Amino acid sequence: MELFKPTMNIDFIGKIKWALLFSITLMVLSGVSLLVKGGPRYGLDFEGGTLVQVKFSREVDIGAVRDAVSGLDIEDVSVQGFGEKGANEFIIGMKKTSEELEGISDKVKETLQSQFGVDSLEIRRVEMVGPKVGQDLRKKGTLAILFSLIGMLIYIWWRFELRFGVGGVLCLFHDVTITVGFLSFFNKPVDLLIIAALLTIVGYSINDTIVVMDRVRENLKKMSHKSLPEIINVSINQTFSRTILTNMTVLVVLICLYFLGGEVIHDFAFSLLIGGFFGTYSTIYIAGPLVIYWDKLFPAKRRR
Amino acid sequence: MDKSLKWRFLLLVVVVAVSILYLIPSFVRVPSWWEGTFPSEKIALGLDLQGGMHLILEVETEKALANSIDRMISDISDLLFNERIPFDKIERVENDKLTLELLNTGFQDKLNKLLQDRFPNLEKLRYDEKEGIAVYTLGLRASDKEYLKQFAVDQGLETIRNRIDEFGVSEPTIQKQGADRILIQLPGIKDDKRALSLIGKTALLEFKIVNDEYDVKRALAGEMPPDSEVLYSKRENRTTGESTSEPYLVKKTTALTGEHLQTARVNFDQFNAAYVTISFDTLGSKIFERITRENVKKRLAIILDNNVYSAPVIREPIAGGRASIEGRFTTEEARDLAIVLRAGSLPAPVKILEKRVVGPSMGQDSIRQGIISCLIAGGTVFVFMGGYYLLSGLIANAALCLNIVIILAALAAFRATLTLPGIAGIVLTIGMAVDANVLIFERIREELRAGKTPRAAVDAGYDRAMSAIIDSNVTTVIAALFLFQFGTGPIKGFAVTLTIGLTASVFTAVVCTRIVYDYFLSKRRIKKLSI
Repeated sequence: MELFKPTMNIDFIGKIKWALLFSITLMVLSGVSLLVKGGPRYGLDFEGGTLVQVKFSREVDIGAVRDAVSGLDIEDVSVQGFGEKGANEFIIGMKKTSEELEGISDKVKETLQSQFGVDSLEIRRVEMVGPKVGQDLRKKGTLAILFSLIGMLIYIWWRFELRFGVGGVLCLFHDVTITVGFLSFFNKPVDLLIIAALLTIVGYSINDTIVVMDRVRENLKKMSHKSLPEIINVSINQTFSRTILTNMTVLVVLICLYFLGGEVIHDFAFSLLIGGFFGTYSTIYIAGPLVIYWDKLFPAKRRR
Repeated sequence: MDKSLKWRFLLLVVVVAVSILYLIPSFVRVPSWWEGTFPSEKIALGLDLQGGMHLILEVETEKALANSIDRMISDISDLLFNERIPFDKIERVENDKLTLELLNTGFQDKLNKLLQDRFPNLEKLRYDEKEGIAVYTLGLRASDKEYLKQFAVDQGLETIRNRIDEFGVSEPTIQKQGADRILIQLPGIKDDKRALSLIGKTALLEFKIVNDEYDVKRALAGEMPPDSEVLYSKRENRTTGESTSEPYLVKKTTALTGEHLQTARVNFDQFNAAYVTISFDTLGSKIFERITRENVKKRLAIILDNNVYSAPVIREPIAGGRASIEGRFTTEEARDLAIVLRAGSLPAPVKILEKRVVGPSMGQDSIRQGIISCLIAGGTVFVFMGGYYLLSGLIANAALCLNIVIILAALAAFRATLTLPGIAGIVLTIGMAVDANVLIFERIREELRAGKTPRAAVDAGYDRAMSAIIDSNVTTVIAALFLFQFGTGPIKGFAVTLTIGLTASVFTAVVCTRIVYDYFLSKRRIKKLSI
């Protein structure tokens, strides 16, 4: 079976301007969403706070849970349903944390038990992250992403050329920014798992770009009579079927994770889907043009 | 060519055999003869999958410094008193300094010498003289401060480890993290509140003489005798939940601490109420006897973490070094208190920075969902690869299966932990691992179209795709390494499975699939590729 004709020759490079316009618009929109909402919405891991997940063995209305918890006199309590409708499972979130042994999670637990009966509920998960740990993690998370980008740049520079490295890393920056923008737009909290997803996007998205660059590297030797834009366009076409096929399998896998993997990794799978999609797009439309622009700004002295 | 094929095939067989050997203990109960001869490690499940408690505690090392200064203050005032050096005020400033007012500057040389000999870890930070009074400001040396802080963390870790060991948790993790943090993981713990109070209690046991010469109410009203302080006895009525607190006026000097404690046991009185009996070591017994002799008819307050548990009247000097702590305990509370006292007190209090508790049912749900998404994702990829690349696709599918076997075996072999994100990592690997084969197959197709023979096309396909495969996997592994270095438990699990999966995919998708091609092309001399 073949989905793509081997003779395909789409002029990807010719659409540079449109692609750049589209990307820049998306990145600006991401920035606007972040600005309007005052930065990304940090989850428990980074913001600090307390979370209690409770599952009732009988039907319980979310309002009843709210009423029970509001009697506790804790500021900023939120109650959310967890999982499918009718699962009778809720997440009670609080901004407050306690460094004492008698945590507020115990208070929530005791209140619920006295309101609904000890046997009718099960505390499935309790998480408490102090503000100090949250800050540490936020710093470490940002650094991890930055360092991994630098790591990519150095590796590609070493294995290919600087212009490819710059193109690839800018592409990654593009993918990560748009993913964070989407998360912000849909009001999804950024937590440790999301950082893991972003780092995976960094690692995975460059994967595609490298395959294209590898072909460019090969074609630069073979087709020395052609110009760089031409060579890049040919290379993207030659690797196009592989780019689409691989990303399709990953996409399918991610859709499985998104729908079947459970609530805990829902947002994780969502970020990977967004990042993966834009990673594929940027591999085809953005990486090449960036190399060409870089080459115009700083012409390579010799071509290998 | 033939020889290398044989060796490669042997390598494949060995890898498969070793992997299965490592996997067996995780899936079936192994007989006793197995252990010792063959690997018996099971795949360890993370706390998010099997349930349990994850804690990060911070040792308040500054408090350890303050404690040390407080002890020195009491030693110095004893010393000056014995040496008849007139002094007025001696008190702690911040956590690591103290000031001392010398009333007669003529004693300066003597004091300096005494301090130098007896308290070498104090350095003179300031010296002021006014109206015949010399004011010394003394502080701990930087190196001593470091040592004390370090000691507080190490000792705290050891103490917590002892408490957990006595409490009985299987396979706990207790580690130092950074300079002053302690990471604790207790798999399978059910009563997190109880475990927490067992771990986090400072458990500083003190005996102080009650000051009955003054009235507590007057002291509370502001007429506090200089050598005394007010401590409370907080109690909670178990049936009504009401808490009461009764004030006690006690002498500031600690007569005896739990430092000299030898054992602590749970006992029951005639009403079947639990209490804890403690016994002191030889030195402690002597001190205890002296105190009780000197303070007959007075009350002795038994204080744990600044809470007065009881204050019985000393009727006669007590020899033998035994005492009991009563406090209307449940049996469980008494047992935990005995454990905590036996393990010793924490040199400095701890704060909870992070606490995560996952119930066992939550973990089971996660495992079920993880396996389902693995199967569906794997199935879809299988069907696609088989449909698109025909027989070659089946080879890739076999490689994919082997890849998953290797990931699981490596998890068991390296004693890495499988977490929920780790399962997601495996699912993601299923999607990514076929990439190497897609790259190779697309290349082979290209070479075939260019008119090469199957043999030449396969060789060229593998050779040319190699650099792209290596480079693209290395970059992903770089990202995974940063992730590993950054992440906590569950995230680390993700980084681990992703890294193992990608590394294994180079082996399974490149080395293993090629064995199949080489076999059919050179041994069976097939003329047409099913790709």
